[in-house]
Amino acid sequence: MLKVEGIWKTFGGITALMDVSFKVESQEIKAVIGPNGAGKTTLFNVISGVYRADRGNIYFNEKKIDNLNPVKIARLGISRTFQNVELYGHMTVLENVMVGRYCKTKSGFLSCGFRLPNMVKEEREIRKVSEELLEYVGLYDKRDYLASELPIGSQRILEIARALATEPKLIMFDEPASGLNDAETKELSLFIKRLREEKKLTIILVEHDMGLVMDISDNIVVLNFGEKLAEGTPGEIRNNKLVIDAYLGEEELE
Amino acid sequence: MFTVLLQFILSGITVGAIYALVGLGFNIIYNATSIINLAQGEFVVMGGLIMWFFSQSLQLPFFTSIILTILLVGLIGLMMERLTINPLKNADLLLMIMITVAVSIVLRGILMFKFGKDPYSYPPFTEGEPIVILGAVIQQQVLWVLGITLTCIGLIFLFFNKTMLGKAMSACAVNPTAAKLVGINVSRMIMLSFILSAILGAIGGIAITPISLMEYDKGPSLAVKGFCAAIMGGLGNGMGAVVGGFIIGILESLTAGYIHSGFKDAVALVILLGILFFKPAGLFGSKATLSVRKF
Amino acid sequence: MRKHVNYIVLLVLIIIFPFLIKDNYTLTIGIFAGINSLVAMGLSLLMGYAGQVSLGQAGFYGIGAYVSAILALKFGVPVVLSAIVAALVSAFAAVLLAIPALKLKGHYLAVATLGFGEIIYIILNELGPGGPSGFGDIPQVSFMGYKMTGQISYFYLIWGIVFILIIFSYNIINSRIGRAMRAIHDTETGSSAMGVDVSALKIKIFILSAVYASIAGSFYAHYITFISPTTFSLFHSVLILTMVVIGGASNLFGAVVGAIIITVLPEALRKFEELDVLVYGLILTFSLLFIRKGIVPTLLQRLKKKGMANA
Repeated sequence: MLKVEGIWKTFGGITALMDVSFKVESQEIKAVIGPNGAGKTTLFNVISGVYRADRGNIYFNEKKIDNLNPVKIARLGISRTFQNVELYGHMTVLENVMVGRYCKTKSGFLSCGFRLPNMVKEEREIRKVSEELLEYVGLYDKRDYLASELPIGSQRILEIARALATEPKLIMFDEPASGLNDAETKELSLFIKRLREEKKLTIILVEHDMGLVMDISDNIVVLNFGEKLAEGTPGEIRNNKLVIDAYLGEEELE
Repeated sequence: MFTVLLQFILSGITVGAIYALVGLGFNIIYNATSIINLAQGEFVVMGGLIMWFFSQSLQLPFFTSIILTILLVGLIGLMMERLTINPLKNADLLLMIMITVAVSIVLRGILMFKFGKDPYSYPPFTEGEPIVILGAVIQQQVLWVLGITLTCIGLIFLFFNKTMLGKAMSACAVNPTAAKLVGINVSRMIMLSFILSAILGAIGGIAITPISLMEYDKGPSLAVKGFCAAIMGGLGNGMGAVVGGFIIGILESLTAGYIHSGFKDAVALVILLGILFFKPAGLFGSKATLSVRKF
Repeated sequence: MRKHVNYIVLLVLIIIFPFLIKDNYTLTIGIFAGINSLVAMGLSLLMGYAGQVSLGQAGFYGIGAYVSAILALKFGVPVVLSAIVAALVSAFAAVLLAIPALKLKGHYLAVATLGFGEIIYIILNELGPGGPSGFGDIPQVSFMGYKMTGQISYFYLIWGIVFILIIFSYNIINSRIGRAMRAIHDTETGSSAMGVDVSALKIKIFILSAVYASIAGSFYAHYITFISPTTFSLFHSVLILTMVVIGGASNLFGAVVGAIIITVLPEALRKFEELDVLVYGLILTFSLLFIRKGIVPTLLQRLKKKGMANA
């Protein structure tokens, strides 16, 4: 489904990604792990088009996407969440999800300004889909709150709902568990697995919480200083000597 | 032919000197606060009109008048900062810029009330025959304008690069939080930046008035030109604004002379748009400085 | 029903105003307030909802006035058609300006629009009919052969347009486009990742604000029948910005309230004679210092608090 081939990215002399390659199969849950500064978020930003890779290719369903901007990539069906939560704080929870429908709708200025029938119909559709999604993720009761009023855990869930509204085939989660307590993290791991089953999604996640990663991922890529150190199933990674030496250390694997 | 050209260039340099001072004033405040002070032109106007008031209306001696004018305009700069900018701390940048517009209207209102709508002038600093170089005539006051402008610019650069206070001000500009941590009083530095800009403007106004007359509503157009100069040199780059000011002055004068005097004022604006679209960091700026700018 | 209460109040005010105010002078000010409201609403959409600033609205206002007046006067184009052509010209100018300017982050659009507005002003001075002194005899609005000459009918015409455009604007704000616009205001990264084309949308809003200003300019010209460049200077752009900021950029009704205040204020200050500029500046300074969010949002906040306290 997604094929990343020999990606390089440097920022003013600092190499953030060095010849990184991997593949993600359809409906797989893939985790990208590594110490801080290993290049995980940079990798997400390269895939989603925020940065352009210096070298290398990215294919999504056989289509080359490494030269596309974030808007086109989102429209192709790759959506994401952000490490620092990029919600629209001044808008309501429901409106946040509704923005996710933007790329699936097409009423123009005149239709919108005069509320022409096609727009009204589309608007009803947007609202229905968005409300259903909020129901699905369990935020329907909070739909009229401002996004900035939600606790961080709910904000991360809202970001996922918004991403789902774009009807993605592939979704990328950037540290979805950060800021969550143990119970919430448990819930999140169930939720992610449920997403894959029910929405037939392919998922890539960057995460520090090893419990979560080992629990839900089918396959793990380990980055270290921009380089791919290892790739394999949770079991393989757990026992990989290189990984243990470089990163995982003693206590984190329990 | 050549004489005419030289004459145009000379008069361009004279006006350009004032644009340079206004542009430099913009940068001093911008560097300390990220604010574009749209009342910068009024400082120049006040310099000219208040100088007229002391030297002609009150008949005070020449040097006394200059000192009093500079002190008074400096004080107005200080009051502007303490009364309007300081209380707005942490407000939206746009609101801060709007307030400088509001202050400029207040200042213009005061000037109109006190001086009316007539243009004012007073005799040049020194009497005497104009100097002729290669056939071009240079009034002595032009030399005064250039001499004073260049001295001011030199002093400002010495101040920012050699004195402790100047370095402290630069530090505030680069990183206010860090400056605070090492014990620099950021609020005082911002106040100082307004005083400095006001004084620079006043000096320009005092020097140029004998040549080009001064009236209460000249401020906005001076501000626009000075702003163009600052953008041209790269916002925040003092020397760039100075060079920009002179270039704009010369091009304006050439346009007025060779094309059409009505299009003179468009020159700075066309340059402004050209710079924004093709080299947004300014002639002497880099992309990197652009990304940290708040305005 | 409740969400339409604003519209109904506005509509009622518009309808009864000419019945309450009989003298022509006040009606004229009312008409000017309406014209200014149109420009201010455009800028409010751009500023309050898309987070961009323009210091060149007077330029589009001027294009609207001059293009429409010249078409009607020199080429005999029917007045409403001339205003539409003028709006198209303004839209085209807005595209030319916005494409390069909006690629830049921060307040570059503000700087570029400032330059643009002043250039338009200089062009009107140098190339406009009558040069700096302007020209007159501009045809008045006529509709299906009926000439609109009465003050009251013009008042209804202008405020009718204000009313329609306020509904139009709110419809936009509460549509997919408006939501995307407000989303951009909060986070551009978070918006483009959802497939919102940030710069294309910004350009569209900028065009819309230019068209509002242009329509206002056209109706200004055909009302006053005499125009000169002074009306379209940088000072006017600043005035419009002031209207939006004073009224409250985050609310379209704020733009209307701001426009009314700024239009009425100089008239009310006439009795201060040569002190009027000073008093005007002081009022502006104080309102910026003490009502930072603008009048309408501040009032709404008060009301909300009061409501909560009562409940």
